[in-house]
Parts: sequence; C-alpha cells; structure tokens
Amino acid sequence: MSTPKAAPRTRRSSKKDGASQSKTLRRDRFQAWFVHHQITAVESLLRLLSTPLQSIMTWLVVAIALVLPATLYVGLDNAQQMGAGVENTGKMSVFINRKARDSAIQGLSKRLLSKPEVARVRLISPSEALAEFQLRSGFGSIIEHLDSNPLPTVLLVEPMLENADTGTLAQLQKNILKEAIVEDVSIDLQWVERLNYILVLAQRLVMALALLLVLGVLLVVGNTIRLAIEGRRDEILVVKLVGGTNAFVRRPFLYAGLWYGLGGGVLAALILSAGLAWLAGPIGHLADLYQSEFRLRGLDWNSSVSLILGAGLVGLSGAWLAVGRHLGQIEPK
Amino acid sequence: MIRFDNVSKRYETGYEALSRVSFDIARGEMVFLTGHSGAGKSTLLKLIMHMEKSSQGQVLVNAQNLNRLKASQVPYFRRNVGVVFQNHQLLFDRSVFDNVALPLQIAGNHHAEVARRVRAALAKVGLLGKEQSNPIMLSGGEQQRVGIARAVVNKPALLLADEPTGNLDPVLSAEIMDLFQQFNQVGVTVLIASHDLALVDRLQKRVLTLGEGRLIHDGQLETRLGNVDA
Repeated sequence: MSTPKAAPRTRRSSKKDGASQSKTLRRDRFQAWFVHHQITAVESLLRLLSTPLQSIMTWLVVAIALVLPATLYVGLDNAQQMGAGVENTGKMSVFINRKARDSAIQGLSKRLLSKPEVARVRLISPSEALAEFQLRSGFGSIIEHLDSNPLPTVLLVEPMLENADTGTLAQLQKNILKEAIVEDVSIDLQWVERLNYILVLAQRLVMALALLLVLGVLLVVGNTIRLAIEGRRDEILVVKLVGGTNAFVRRPFLYAGLWYGLGGGVLAALILSAGLAWLAGPIGHLADLYQSEFRLRGLDWNSSVSLILGAGLVGLSGAWLAVGRHLGQIEPK
Repeated sequence: MIRFDNVSKRYETGYEALSRVSFDIARGEMVFLTGHSGAGKSTLLKLIMHMEKSSQGQVLVNAQNLNRLKASQVPYFRRNVGVVFQNHQLLFDRSVFDNVALPLQIAGNHHAEVARRVRAALAKVGLLGKEQSNPIMLSGGEQQRVGIARAVVNKPALLLADEPTGNLDPVLSAEIMDLFQQFNQVGVTVLIASHDLALVDRLQKRVLTLGEGRLIHDGQLETRLGNVDA
C-alpha cells in the first residue's frame, strides 16, 4: 500500500526512510486498532444476544427508567404548546357597565386609542360576544334558552408590544379602571404568566426526577457490567498476562455498556411512541369536544435520537464506572 | 537478559519468599530453576514477569529495570516475555486458534499476519490440525502445547515456563522439553522452573537451585547434588 510512497524517500536519506517506515507501522497499528474496535463492538453485542433473557431484562429496566421522565417531558412539551397558543401580548378586556350609553363607550374607545401605550382597541358588542360565546364554548343550546343577553360590552385593548412589560400594563389597567363606565379590566397575561411559572416548576421537577432515574440507569448498567467482569475474570487475567493494556481489557465492557444503553433507549422510544399512539385517539376526541385544535404531540425525530444517544452515553458511563472500579482489582498474582 | 541483584521478596504477611538472590542469565541461554515447592521458584518467575515487585534489590530484564517500570509500560514489557503455565491458563470459551492469536491481537497485528503466525506457531508444536478445536477437547499434553504456541507466537526474546511438565507423563514431558530446546536453539532465552530433576539432569543445562528463598546452587546438576549432600 505505502511502499511506492516510501521508495522515493529512501533515495534522499536513510533517516527519512526510517521515519516513513514507522509512519507505515503507525498507520497499520491504527488500522488494527480501528478493526479491533469494530470487532469488539460486534462481539460484545453478540455476547449480549447470546444471553437474551438477561439482556432483555437489563434493556427493559433501562427503558422503563427512561420512559418515566421522557413521558413527563412529552407532557410538559404539550402543555407548553397549549400555553403558546395564547398570544402573550398582554391584551386587556375592559368590561363596560351595561347601563353606559353608546356615545360614552365610543368616547372611551377614542380616548384609549389616543394613549401612546395602546396599539388597537376593538369593540365587542353584547350580541357579538354572545354569538362568539355560542360558537366557541360548547354551551350553545343553553344560551338559546336565555331571555336576555347577559353579556356586557367589551373593549379589547391591545397594548403596544414594546410597552407590554408588566409595570406599564398594570399602570394602564389602573388608569382604565378609573373610568366611570368601566366595571372591570382583566389582563390575559396574568394566567399565561401563571401557567408559565407552573411549567417552569414542573420542568424542574421533571429534571430532578430524570436525574435520579438516570442515576438509576447508571447503577443498573454498572452492576450488570460488574457481573460481566466477574464472569470473565479468567480471560482478563490471561489478557493481562500476555500484555493486554488496560484499554484493551476495558474495551469490550465499555461496548457492552454502550449496547445496554442504546438498546434501552431504543426500547424506551418504542414504548413511548406506542403509549402516545394509544393516548392520541382519546385526547383528540377530548380536544374536539372542547372545540380545540390541540393534538397530542409525540417525540419528534430529533428528541427520539437524543433519547437513544443519551441512553447510550449513560450506559457507557455506567460501564466506565464499573470498569474503573473493578478491573484494577483483577491483577495476575 | 535477566539479572537479579540482591533481590529479596517479602510478602505483607512477613513471609520472605526470596532473600538476597543474585544471578545473571545471558541472552540465548537455557536455564532450569529447581527447588522444593515453596522454595521461591514461582515468586522468582513472577518477579521477572512483573506480577510481583521485589521488596529489595534490582531485577533487570532485557536491560530494563523493573523497579522503574511504570504501570502503563507493564503490558508492553510483557509482550516481550512468553510465559508457559503449569495449568496452561487457556480460555475454554474460544478455539485453539483464538487462544494462540490473543497476544497478536493484543499487540495490534493485522488480521492476515495474525492468521499466518498462529498457524506457524501451531505447526511448530504439532497442532496444525486442531486450530478450530476447543482446548477443552484436547489432552493435557496438547493443551500444554497450545500454551507454548501462545507463549512463542509473539516471538518473544525470553520464554519463561512454570512447571510446564508438572502434569504430564515422562514421554510427553520429554517432548515438551524438546520444544523448549528448539526455541532455545533459534536464540530465545529460556528459563524453566521444574522439580523434575531426572528430566533436568538429562538435558545438561545450567541449573539454579533455590532453597527456602536462597539461591543455594548455580551450575550443572552434578555439582548441585554434591552441594546438597555436603
């Protein structure tokens, strides 16, 4: 392979020839090292598959430990999706006293619009509001039986986006409340904000739970690898006696850990998809009943891949812990 | 090739396995190590293999001072020392071929090179037809020869053997010794621990004799007998 390259160098100086020879040797070594990695990877997988029951048990334990936080993560993601459906613009609903005259309402509307912090004002008359309520709330038939329209006139006030910080909005809300014909002012932002805080809290809880379960996976894989190391004690001794480096001895166990993790990750992704598919139907129906466009969103491709790779990484780390702790104790005596 | 300079080995229990042992083995020599069981033969071999460290004194192998060998250098050092064990230390979860190939794979040899050298080593010990057998199917003598093939497949400059004929009948023992002699004839330094004095006597080689951890004799066997009688 490399002889033609080495030949011209020989003519120039013998020193360089030596260098190129050692380079060739290094390339050969690297190739052999690479091939050994491939062989070890395949062999450790085959070794796992040769004891299917034990391997499947480990994969399942890893998968279950991963499915729990992954499910919560998906739930959170969906809750965030619901929250994001509400525009976070700090819109205010100004409820007008029902006795107020139309001219007074029009006057208020104009005054509000002239304020620098207000972008738009939309007037919703009681009949409009009723029609919308009938359409969206699902109580349509009940409303038909009402004698009179119970809804007030509402001014929908949209603040300028750049002024939509909480302080300005609160001040604006206070000012509007002072108007004589105004009964109440509510800011949409409040419940969006609350939802966001709840989601942040839930996110942290999920994170803590995930951390604990990942630690569990780490220990499960570590323990499995520890048993594997014990089972191959003789082989490790012989390998060390005939000059195997620690890296060489470590390698098959690290690959085994990687396979445990990856297998568990794939299984977790499958279980999660199956579970979500199972839930998607009823949730869709439920959303339909609430006239919502909401649909259950499962793990997308990227998240699934991250889950599987993350699981592989955790498995590898577990194996690394076990190997670091136990291989050193096995020395030929 | 091997140099012991005032070497003592004391275990943590306080037991002194070797005390103030000094000798020199030149490159290309074939030397026997004898003594009663518990005389320190195994300990001496373990010191050479760097499975144990000397408590006192210097052990030099191939001009390398083993006291100064870093842990990370030990594997590379061992690749230059072939070892044959009394209990063979073969792996029964793989074929004869894979057992012999192990040192070559560890050293990172190319696939084709591994196959070539394993076959050469097996041919040398007369087991070419048994490559794919599991070593557990082989007789004791054959297993020992697999162990020898594994020890020499890397072409080490130094070959150690710990009671290589311990479990074998005299005919098989003689065959195994013949093999060691053949390796010695092509320049390999050979050190064999054995208590089979008849066999050792027949080969007329230099003999180191240990007694209670001390080197009590160094030379041909007749002299040793004289020393013991005296």
